[in-house]
Amino acid sequence: MKKIRSYWVILLVCALALTVSVPAWAKDTIKIGVIGPMQFVQGKGHWNGAVMAMEEINAAGGVNVGGKKMKIELVQADSNEFLNVTDATNAMELLMTRHKVDFVVGGFRTEAVMAMQDIAMEYKKIFFGAGAAHPELCLRVAQDYDTYKYFFRAAPFNSNYLVRSSFLHLQFVAGILKSQLNIPNMKVAIVAEKAMWADPMVTAAEGVIPKFGMEVAGVWRPSPVATDVTAELSAIQRSGAQVIFTIFSSSVGIPFARQAGELKIPAVQVGINVEAQKDSFWEATQGQGNYIFTMNTYSREVEQNELTAPFVNAYVERFGETPTYTADTYAAIKHSLVTAIEKAGTLNADKLVEVIRDQVVKTPTGVVQYMKDDQGRYLHELTWGPGYLLGLGVQWQDGKMAGVWPNKFKASAEAPEISYTGMVDYIIPPWVAEAYKK
Amino acid sequence: MVFDIVITSLIKGSTYAMLAIGFSLIFGVARIVNIAHTAFYMVAAYCIFYTTTQLGFNPFFAIIAAVALVTLLGLITFKLLIAPIREHEAAVLIATIALAIALQEVMMILFTGDYRSVPALIPGFATIMGVKVFYQQLLTFVSVLVVLGLMWLFLLHTKLGLAIRATAQDREVANLVGMNESQVAMLAMGISVGLAGVTGAVLAPLTIVEPHMWNHPLAMMLAVVVLGGLGSIKGSLYAAFILGTAEALVVFLIPAGAYLKGAVALSIMVFVLLVRPAGLFGVQFEEER
Repeated sequence: MKKIRSYWVILLVCALALTVSVPAWAKDTIKIGVIGPMQFVQGKGHWNGAVMAMEEINAAGGVNVGGKKMKIELVQADSNEFLNVTDATNAMELLMTRHKVDFVVGGFRTEAVMAMQDIAMEYKKIFFGAGAAHPELCLRVAQDYDTYKYFFRAAPFNSNYLVRSSFLHLQFVAGILKSQLNIPNMKVAIVAEKAMWADPMVTAAEGVIPKFGMEVAGVWRPSPVATDVTAELSAIQRSGAQVIFTIFSSSVGIPFARQAGELKIPAVQVGINVEAQKDSFWEATQGQGNYIFTMNTYSREVEQNELTAPFVNAYVERFGETPTYTADTYAAIKHSLVTAIEKAGTLNADKLVEVIRDQVVKTPTGVVQYMKDDQGRYLHELTWGPGYLLGLGVQWQDGKMAGVWPNKFKASAEAPEISYTGMVDYIIPPWVAEAYKK
Repeated sequence: MVFDIVITSLIKGSTYAMLAIGFSLIFGVARIVNIAHTAFYMVAAYCIFYTTTQLGFNPFFAIIAAVALVTLLGLITFKLLIAPIREHEAAVLIATIALAIALQEVMMILFTGDYRSVPALIPGFATIMGVKVFYQQLLTFVSVLVVLGLMWLFLLHTKLGLAIRATAQDREVANLVGMNESQVAMLAMGISVGLAGVTGAVLAPLTIVEPHMWNHPLAMMLAVVVLGGLGSIKGSLYAAFILGTAEALVVFLIPAGAYLKGAVALSIMVFVLLVRPAGLFGVQFEEER
């Protein structure tokens, strides 16, 4: 009798140990944590993109994990990272400890994502960053691969490439101004919110703009949450700038666009204005954001490839708005993660890292391939450029977000022209044209 | 550039003065540090947003509705939250902080964190000495003058104004001569919060309507009233224009440090306090403690 009881105890201990050490064993679902500032548009984008991916995958029967079909289950975590980085780390800890998620997607502010990244890495969970742009997030991967290899960038491409794209947009718009308004000495005002991600972009812009044959009229660094920028706009007008190169990811993008439009400042805006990437921008600026140009990821009329329209149309139908780049949680789950899981046939993070870092997948914004650094080390950084991810340039034209770049863009003299489907011509704001008409 | 700085200073200063006058009034009369003052301003802005964009109200009716609602809210707050703990200044301060956060969260639930806007009452801009100024900003400047004028008339030429001044000078004596000090304080609270509503109405078209829009104005308003001297409306007015000028100087002279304009203004406040602890026109209250 004693012997039988001992066998029972051993059996129970074994069962317990197996359950704890092999969590996927008895599981029917793959738990994915979606972390972001859920009370704000950015977090809603994270969540909506993930929901769409989950619904499509589950409707198709789930994910094939080594012959077993598993459904996806999402867990929402509000990082509240705009207001409090500690809230973000707490939310990530909860995903790890209470919800015991298998993977995480999301994050927005670099300062918060770096802290969240550390937690996810500690628990050895694959984390697709879908919002922060600072290169440091991926430099950490190269510098300490064993610790940070579980982090992959999903969107946007890093701020070095964001600035390179923006410079292409700046040259594109400046070229149109030069040819149509005959301005010989173009002056550019650099206006960047005071934030970590924008600092290297300002330095780069100051160095590169003179090489384009343009003069830097000055650098203005308003607070990311400034609500009144009339003083800055007065100073910019006094500087004689014809172009304002914007670097905004926060709310300041709204008053800057609105007040510049209302005051009819005779300078066009081009660069990054994350608020202008949203459908709500038109209403938020009371229509004064007309003719604002910004880098973007999606536009309703534009197709980067055959996957774009089905995703954008379904998203608009489901959520009533155009997706922004934080909705790339969709591509991170559906195209990067699930493809890798089905290929590897496991949920083991270490094995999946080896697949994801080398795989090439087509997503609605282009081709995702992770790059290595100059020394051949894995960076888990998105490859930027023609044939991979290039981004879009959109301009607000009478209430519509119209795609204007790339439109017959050539990366070099010999390179083929690139135009996405649905592009229209850039329009110079009438008051700017009026101001510089000879 | 000089004109830019002067005009920007006047506009900025009038914005801060609008916020600070109401706060100074209630502190001067009833010694109530109402941290929720700018939260009431936020509620008024949301009210205008909702009534104009969702209900299709005429902006003028929307303003009247917003001011009335916010005043009512202020009176209820006084009766239920502040009056029972009025004798404990620290408790009032903490209670109004809690109220402000609660109002913020309510707005977050009702309207989410999305950025909203309201149209200008008077669209367009004027060019003054080469500087472009929104008509709405000029309206703010005029509103400050009108509010100050009305306050002066009310405080100096009405019986209620006399009661308010008497209470502000000495609450106990005012009580002893038969004034209902509590009712006077409630009236002052109503006027103060009503002014926050008016401020919300005037400034909402110049800013973004969102649940945290009360934070930055609160810091600047406190800086203004502390610099001017707690409870002194005249001091608040001077301080508002001093801080407005400091901000304008930062933006025009150090454009790459424009984000520091708030920090510089607050540093000036700290410096003045080191030299004059009671502020520019403040009264020492030590004898009352």
